[in-house]
Amino acid sequence: MEMVYALCVGILTTCGIFLTLRGRTFPVVIGLTLLSYAVNLFLFASGRLSTEDAAVLQDSATQYADPLPQALVLTAIVIGFAMTAFTVILAMRARADMGNDHVDGRLPVSNEESPQKEKN
Amino acid sequence: MNLIWVPLLPLLGTLVPLFSERFGRTACAWMTAILPAAALLIVLNHAPDILSGQTHFSSLPWIPALGLELSFRLDGLALLFALLILGIGLLIILYARYYLSSKDSMGRFYSYLILFMTAMVGIVLSNNILQLWVFWELTSISSFLLISFWSNKQEARRGARMALTVTGAGGLCLLAGVLLIGNLVGSFDLSVVLDHAWKIRSSELYPVILVLVLLGAFTKSAQFPFHFWLPHAMAAPTPVSAYLHSATMVKAGIFLMARFYPVLSGTDMWFLIVSLTGLATLLLGAYFALFKHDLKGLLAYSTISHLGLITLLLGMDTKLAAVAAIFHIINHATFKASLFMAAGIIDHESGSRDMRKLNGLWKYMPYTATLAMVAASAMAGVPLLNGFLSKEMFFSETLHQSSLGSLSWIIPVLATCGGVFSVAYSLRFIHDVFFNGEPIDLPRTPHEPPRYMKLPVEILVALCLLVGVIPGYVIGGLLHSASAAVLQGIVPDYSLAIWHGFNLPLTMSIVAFVGGLIIYSNRKVLFQFHAQFPESDAKEVFEHAMKRLMAVCQRIYGWLENGSLQRYLLLMFSFTIMLLARPMMQLSDTAGFRQTIPADGVVITGAVLLILGAFATVIWHRKRMIALLTLSIVGLIVSIAFARFSAPDLALTQLSVEVVTIILLMLALFFLPQKTPKESSPHRVMRDLGVSAMIGGVVGTLCYALMTRPHSTISDFFVANSKTGGGGTNVVNVILVDFRGFDTLGEITVLGIAALGIFKLINRMRLFMPSGDERGRPWSSDRYPMILAVVSQLLLPLALLVSVYIFLRGHNMPGGGFIAGLITSVAIIQQYVANGVEFIKNRLKLNYQWLIGSGLLIATLTGMGSWLAGQPFLTSWFDHFHLPVIGEFELASAMLFDLGVYLTVIGATLLILANLGKLTTTERPMHKEEES
Repeated sequence: MEMVYALCVGILTTCGIFLTLRGRTFPVVIGLTLLSYAVNLFLFASGRLSTEDAAVLQDSATQYADPLPQALVLTAIVIGFAMTAFTVILAMRARADMGNDHVDGRLPVSNEESPQKEKN
Repeated sequence: MNLIWVPLLPLLGTLVPLFSERFGRTACAWMTAILPAAALLIVLNHAPDILSGQTHFSSLPWIPALGLELSFRLDGLALLFALLILGIGLLIILYARYYLSSKDSMGRFYSYLILFMTAMVGIVLSNNILQLWVFWELTSISSFLLISFWSNKQEARRGARMALTVTGAGGLCLLAGVLLIGNLVGSFDLSVVLDHAWKIRSSELYPVILVLVLLGAFTKSAQFPFHFWLPHAMAAPTPVSAYLHSATMVKAGIFLMARFYPVLSGTDMWFLIVSLTGLATLLLGAYFALFKHDLKGLLAYSTISHLGLITLLLGMDTKLAAVAAIFHIINHATFKASLFMAAGIIDHESGSRDMRKLNGLWKYMPYTATLAMVAASAMAGVPLLNGFLSKEMFFSETLHQSSLGSLSWIIPVLATCGGVFSVAYSLRFIHDVFFNGEPIDLPRTPHEPPRYMKLPVEILVALCLLVGVIPGYVIGGLLHSASAAVLQGIVPDYSLAIWHGFNLPLTMSIVAFVGGLIIYSNRKVLFQFHAQFPESDAKEVFEHAMKRLMAVCQRIYGWLENGSLQRYLLLMFSFTIMLLARPMMQLSDTAGFRQTIPADGVVITGAVLLILGAFATVIWHRKRMIALLTLSIVGLIVSIAFARFSAPDLALTQLSVEVVTIILLMLALFFLPQKTPKESSPHRVMRDLGVSAMIGGVVGTLCYALMTRPHSTISDFFVANSKTGGGGTNVVNVILVDFRGFDTLGEITVLGIAALGIFKLINRMRLFMPSGDERGRPWSSDRYPMILAVVSQLLLPLALLVSVYIFLRGHNMPGGGFIAGLITSVAIIQQYVANGVEFIKNRLKLNYQWLIGSGLLIATLTGMGSWLAGQPFLTSWFDHFHLPVIGEFELASAMLFDLGVYLTVIGATLLILANLGKLTTTERPMHKEEES
């Protein structure tokens, strides 16, 4: 189970970072969202995985899932939403003010003009 | 008085000229001189003790734990230099009063000058080598300001820049050397460093330290091959040259060598580097000085030559050589300062410094001429003047050294050659300027300068004479104590008599005089010979080198910081890999010893779906709508995963956030292009994939390694105290609203601020509203689907009921303010989606900003409420009550706090989404200009 979980976290991170490296704002926002899933899952895993443990205090329960990472991740999810919202509105505002949706605020010079730029 | 005042008084004095400038030039000069004069008095007050062999210390702790303190010492060497710096400095102040024209800003000039003086005094008095370095750099900066004082001249700007670049680069080398020394010795305290000389000399790092420190000294003292900046610094006003290039700036390098003499000298490496550099500089300076037509140019090269002489002396392996070096420091400072001042007077009164035009000035200014001739004779080493004595000592020492083994005879021969040229250029200074026919085309008819302009020259020339005639009385004590400080021990016997009998050094002097006379009388032939060489202008070479350096820097800078955020992000990620990879490699095993849970079919199915969803998002990321749909699959699986791994609260939160996020992104997509153009080259895609896969791999491995290791948690405390202390069985919620309530308060505040920021961003946004999709098809004109509208209206009360239920049970069962707030938001947004902004506006009169505000207020007030009970902020309270019919129920102050959370979450979510949604309708917020 741990192996599968770690694989998912790794893949989410990879996809998230790849998308944040794109040049247009919308893929970057999507990449950030993927990245925040990965981060939340990672943080959550610091309390170790458990499938049978109780989440709420019960008389019958002997083992409880670690509540602290859960509390942290809960607020992280909400704050993550606020962050996503902020970046997406920023992206819209940038497009409104600058006329394009490139992260640099200007369209890249085409390949013919500057072959070096693309190489980098 | 405390030693700290010695640098502190001039430091305060930098402000004096700026304020006193308005009282007239003479008053300004007098007032400027007060504080340095006071500093000089303090030094003189200490002098008797120092001369009797004591060393005075004074320090002010700053960060004692780091060994950082303001620490000063006054020993013989420091005393000698402090007297030179402050004494000649005061003469310069007087001289500059008459030199500067009324157009020059006197306050600014004096201010720079005193700042420079402070820096120099700081260097020589420092008892902490780091502090010494700080003052060292301050001299570079203040000399830059002084040299470029006439900043309207290109020559001055270039000269100043060159001086700063060369001495600044040397300063950085010195810093490296100082840090190495400090690291080796374990202290930056000079006294400790001096005590650990053997440790430094026997260290493997000694050659590195030596070279670094010497680089600092050689650049400052204009030693070959760094000598080229000094002649260009002559673009400075003459008082500056007289000060910087006789007694102070260039002597700082010499001082450094003398200061570290006990630590660094005594090895073959020191002798070889220092003596050969000194010798080369001595010859080069003496030779070029003869061919300079500019009066100050001649003096500049002669300064280089004399600095080379002192360096050579310090590099020789006899103790007497060090004494001779100290002696020559004093003598050079006096005659060179007076010569520069005389040159300044000539320039000032005749309007030219060109020796081809300046001839026969004897007739016009006999008094100044006499003074200049005495000083120039001292420079040439004429008997009965101070220059003669130190030059004799120098010649004598060249005969007694054995630095070059069997080739050591070269040094006295070359020293005599230097002496020949030194006599020749001194002769040229005297003969060309004051005799040699009549002046040619001078801008002004020369005449004697004002009375007090001559006074500083008189004082210095008198010193030259006094030292030359009765050296033992005038300078003996000072020289002895300075030599004792440099040698850190016994000073060898030496004699300051003016007549040592007819010996080899005297013969060398005579050879130098005769040779100098012959060379000078044949100067025309020599000038023609010299003119054959192409003139290599150090300035051009330097500027060229600087340009190339700048070009290289610009290329590196352009590569690192090309304005592309993608580039920065990539660099940052690459750096992260580098930082993470190393500790990961040191981790021997990936898997720990913790018992793992076997994977079941449900989990594997979920994982496959999640991975496919993530990949699909990446693959189709250019078709944005599809990417959004696949993204929502990932989010859904993540919420299910939380549910599966015993975290129902997280599952609920993730699920509701997921809904809100996807609606938000869809709304945003309405305004953004529907597709991403294909821009990235395959090369770039591969590179990005490589970087992200590496980070993903590292993070995944880290996650696995973490999960398979046993963990100890502080959560047991929360589990144990949740019910008894917080009154709730849902530990996660109790942590949020009670144990860590203060964190939550901070978090909802951030949420509120983010929402307000977004509101502000939306408020002035002017977006192009597309009338159709990317293929040009217009949006459907059907307004709101009837069935959706009716169903959602029916659902609203139900949804609100659910949210209230979730809220109320939150303390004991999965739920709580965050989740309930999100559910309420989703329910209301659904009304927006189904019925439109217009419909909601008439029915729901909620001000979302107020909602956020009141939420935060309730949470804060709840926290403050505990003050009333005399408890710390946010201490919770709960109790159980019994009501008929309903039964037993619980009231807790945490619930009130959770209400604040609930309201803030609703307010923030709706403020964002509803305002974004409004942009698509006629309700869109208008820009002021649009309204008008």
